[in-house]
Amino acid sequence: MTPTVRVQTGAFDIAAEVKRLSAGAGAVVTFTGVCRDEGGRLAALELEHYPGMAEGEIARIAGEAARRWPLTGVTVIHRHGVIAVGEDIVLVVTASAHRDAAFAAARFIMDFLKTDAPFWKKEHPAGTPAGDWVAARSDDDKAAGRWRR
Amino acid sequence: MRLVYFAWVRERIGRGEEELDLPTSVTTAGGLIDWLKERGPEYAHALAEPAAVRLAVDRVHAGRDAPIAGAREVAIFPPMTGG
Repeated sequence: MTPTVRVQTGAFDIAAEVKRLSAGAGAVVTFTGVCRDEGGRLAALELEHYPGMAEGEIARIAGEAARRWPLTGVTVIHRHGVIAVGEDIVLVVTASAHRDAAFAAARFIMDFLKTDAPFWKKEHPAGTPAGDWVAARSDDDKAAGRWRR
Repeated sequence: MRLVYFAWVRERIGRGEEELDLPTSVTTAGGLIDWLKERGPEYAHALAEPAAVRLAVDRVHAGRDAPIAGAREVAIFPPMTGG
């Protein structure tokens, strides 16, 4: 099983991606990360990435998940460019015979994607030009660190 | 050696990439940052707090003590905020 990894500007079709991994699976878990408005403050996020390394790091993380759990399929899609509030940013789909592996693998992939995949978010506040870069969160490091114990 | 910068490191230095000939005394990723800081105010501003940036050597995450001899591309960027 080779994970499917895509980094793209356009939207993704969650139903189509789930359907692609359903054959031969007993459980399919999806995680979708969505652009928040932060209490009405933001209009959009602009995502910059390191072409080549972004795909490589996601593939490495998805591959590690496939070694840890008996998965029948993994798909990770991460968008870049300007993403409006309410639009999807990232999709993780994991498939397995049973739910435990699919849930755990999806969480593992997201936890490491947060800390290791080279993407950076810049805020676009509502009504003004581009603003500040989003700061990394120490909670994200802790979430990834839990898997290293 | 090709150097690439992202996010606020790119904005503060004022370019996304450049090709530089490094002195032979610069042998590690951390040494590269120390050398770059002396190149001008824009570099000093971007790299003022070396602990605030991350490094990749040939598109693999690297620590400050990572050797860069023979590397084709070194990237400098802030902690990642994807997902």
